[in-house]
Amino acid sequence: MTHTTDIIVIGAGAVGAACAYFAAHAGYSVRVLDRSGIAAGTTSACEGNLLVSDKEAGHELDLSLYSQKIWREDLEEFGSLWEFESKGGLVVARTDNGFDSLRALSKRQRQAGIEVEIIDAPSLKEYEPNLTDDLTGGAFYPQDAQVQPMLMTAQLLKLARSAGQATVSTHTTVTGLVRDHQRVTGVKTDQGTFYADAIINAAGTWAGTIADMARVSVPVLPRRGYVLVTEPLPPTIFHKVYAGEYVAATLSSDGGLQTSPVIEGTASGTVLIGSSRERVGFDATTSLPVLRQMAQEAAALFPPLRQVKIMRSYLGFRPYCPDHLPVIGHDSRAPGLWHASGHEGAGIGLAVGTAKLLIQSLRGVTTDLDLAPFAPERFREGAYVSH
Amino acid sequence: MHEVLDVAVIGAGPAGLSAAVHAGEQGLRVALIDAGIQPGGQYWRHPDENHPVDDEAHGHHHWKTFTDLRARLKKLRLSGSIAYSSHSQVWFIERPAADQQPWTLRINAVTDGRDNTDSSRVVRAQRVILCPGGYDRQLPIPGWDLPGTMAAGGVQALLKGHRSLAGRKALVAGTGPFLLPVAVGLADAGAEVISICEAGDLSGWLKNTTRAAQMPSKAIEGAQYAAALLKHHIAYKPKTVVSRINGDTEVSSATVSKVDAQGRLIVGSERTVEVDLVALGWGFTPSMELVIAVGAQTRQDVDESLVAVVDELQHSSVENIYIAGEATGVGGAAMAIAEGELAAYSVLIDMNRRPAHSRIRSLQGIVRRSRAFAQAMHQAHPVPKHWTEWLTDDAIICRCEEVTYGKVCQSRDDLGAQDARSVKLLARPGMGWCQGRVCGFATAKIAAEIEGRKMRPEDLVSTHKRSLTSPVTLEDLGTPDN
Repeated sequence: MTHTTDIIVIGAGAVGAACAYFAAHAGYSVRVLDRSGIAAGTTSACEGNLLVSDKEAGHELDLSLYSQKIWREDLEEFGSLWEFESKGGLVVARTDNGFDSLRALSKRQRQAGIEVEIIDAPSLKEYEPNLTDDLTGGAFYPQDAQVQPMLMTAQLLKLARSAGQATVSTHTTVTGLVRDHQRVTGVKTDQGTFYADAIINAAGTWAGTIADMARVSVPVLPRRGYVLVTEPLPPTIFHKVYAGEYVAATLSSDGGLQTSPVIEGTASGTVLIGSSRERVGFDATTSLPVLRQMAQEAAALFPPLRQVKIMRSYLGFRPYCPDHLPVIGHDSRAPGLWHASGHEGAGIGLAVGTAKLLIQSLRGVTTDLDLAPFAPERFREGAYVSH
Repeated sequence: MHEVLDVAVIGAGPAGLSAAVHAGEQGLRVALIDAGIQPGGQYWRHPDENHPVDDEAHGHHHWKTFTDLRARLKKLRLSGSIAYSSHSQVWFIERPAADQQPWTLRINAVTDGRDNTDSSRVVRAQRVILCPGGYDRQLPIPGWDLPGTMAAGGVQALLKGHRSLAGRKALVAGTGPFLLPVAVGLADAGAEVISICEAGDLSGWLKNTTRAAQMPSKAIEGAQYAAALLKHHIAYKPKTVVSRINGDTEVSSATVSKVDAQGRLIVGSERTVEVDLVALGWGFTPSMELVIAVGAQTRQDVDESLVAVVDELQHSSVENIYIAGEATGVGGAAMAIAEGELAAYSVLIDMNRRPAHSRIRSLQGIVRRSRAFAQAMHQAHPVPKHWTEWLTDDAIICRCEEVTYGKVCQSRDDLGAQDARSVKLLARPGMGWCQGRVCGFATAKIAAEIEGRKMRPEDLVSTHKRSLTSPVTLEDLGTPDN
């Protein structure tokens, strides 16, 4: 077994897998390391959304639209491998004020390049017959799509392996980084030391720990979220449906509990019900008050779901950065170390754009999007205290 | 707002019934919560008490113990010592917010609750005795999803609870002593039982006869079964398995094969037997969701099942949580009854009361002897090491999600899954209606097997872990406590 590759990717989640895929396609040899299994972290605790609808005009939306193009063009032929479904998103408003802000948001989004149609209240049921009557209007986003995130991760790693020299070492825990003067040249693990010219930190919510090993600070913090899973149902929910406040919740920096209903069906028949956000560290206990609030909101939006059984819930920790932007690119404070993390609740959708840009940057070519807004050094030292 | 009881007992089978009755008789205020319509659990499943039958005891062991406990339960309910909720299950258990505060249990009706508004209720108790019991353990084989294939315990439940025969011409297969009463029960009820296919090599049993000798009651039971098998002409075939079940829309035959000591099929030994019922049982899987939900320590037992760690007074590793019965290690009804009573006294001791020492010592003796006997039994009836070699690519592993063995293998070979959780994430076994209750053990076993290692407790924990310990409607989940 060779212990030297061009690139080491730390983390076999969605972002790490996408990095491995684009690296292998660029002709690099890659080793992916993960302390657990493939897609074992936040990737397996999300809904697999590729959303444009929940984003205000700005850098994240640019990255999202760029990623959309990759999903739909570069990776189009593989869509069925990860159950790619361009189902569209329906955002609904529950008050007149809510509908006004939704209209204003959609106007800004349209200017930024998003496709969006305003739907009046009576027409909402043509999209979702099971919605409550108690709505003032909505907006439909045809570009919103969904993938099965675990399959997407495993299949991208498989494609990376078949494209060239890619190895995935799961159940391998990174214990430290190897430094040659300033430069990061390798990774120490419980399975031995591995060397590479470039080390990509794609450890998601745990990326801060890897950065610490290089004595640099990347303030990625966990933001807990739950998802409720119903029994398998006949087709009941046809799009991704959520209430307008969700956009405000994703953009908020409040550490306290926020919930807003996000509901969608899956290929297996279950309906997934989100969402919650709270900053409680890595507390993995099930909080009944949070589940209760989510259940109430979902039942209010889709009354026919009231008597449907919830089979289970799961929780995950979104990798959250204080300015809600991911960390992408080379870390000048620790040459050889690259970051691809901090995507909060949008990591599945943004994974492919992130990876393609990162590998472009690594190759030294001009990136399709400017990575400056995502620079790892953008945070003032000590400005953010981990929760 | 809610009354805080001294102790909540979950389950009214041998362990729970014994725990609740003894706690109630010692003056404790008890909640008894059980999924069954009437008490007795799976072991003492019996016809509807509203339509009494003359021979209620038919096919039962320890029946007098049951009727005695049932009568005492009735008395304690009338006196208000025990609040009994039948047909109810705990969907969420919440640990105390602070010391001295009670545990909170949220319960709902076992039925779908559709006609039942306000079905979710709250029970609060300072202490909880978990007696969740267990259910048949299954090893998938090709064709086991055909109608006419049943869990041995399911066949038994139809007989005991409804006096109903699951088939006319049957094979009873798997491993363990439980196959005997199922075969005899079927034959007594008029079915033709071709044979009992016991995968184990019972010569191993002889090594442990010294342990059996400490349990004379078991020896007598064994002799009774031997006589019944003779009477009904049921062949008892060790080192034999049903390796495939055949039929188009239902069972028409089964392929029976000899196996070696490691559970490999012996080439050329197969023969086809025409039957309409195959009853399969590979021991039992304890119901562990509540044990795991409270955070109690677990271990892997001799029979490879995940079970709770308890001390000599049934304390779990979590304060004020006691565990009795199959969840502490599958050991049969006599042990469960003793553990239940012991748990009740343990609660009393922790409340600074003084139950009789001599009784406690004698119960601990029963538990110790039963445990030794059970462990010898488990060793004589292992899950065949090479059972996965009987599987074909199209054999269904997870019936809810229709995941085949081929798909599970593909998740490893193709997609890089290397543990039970990764297999579950990538191939979806255990993600359907039953949430892995049926296929969890098999999936964990296959995952370990394809990785070329032994199954670990953590593989099993991931198949037993359920954030909601039973399904709950969206409405009930959203209803605040009142």
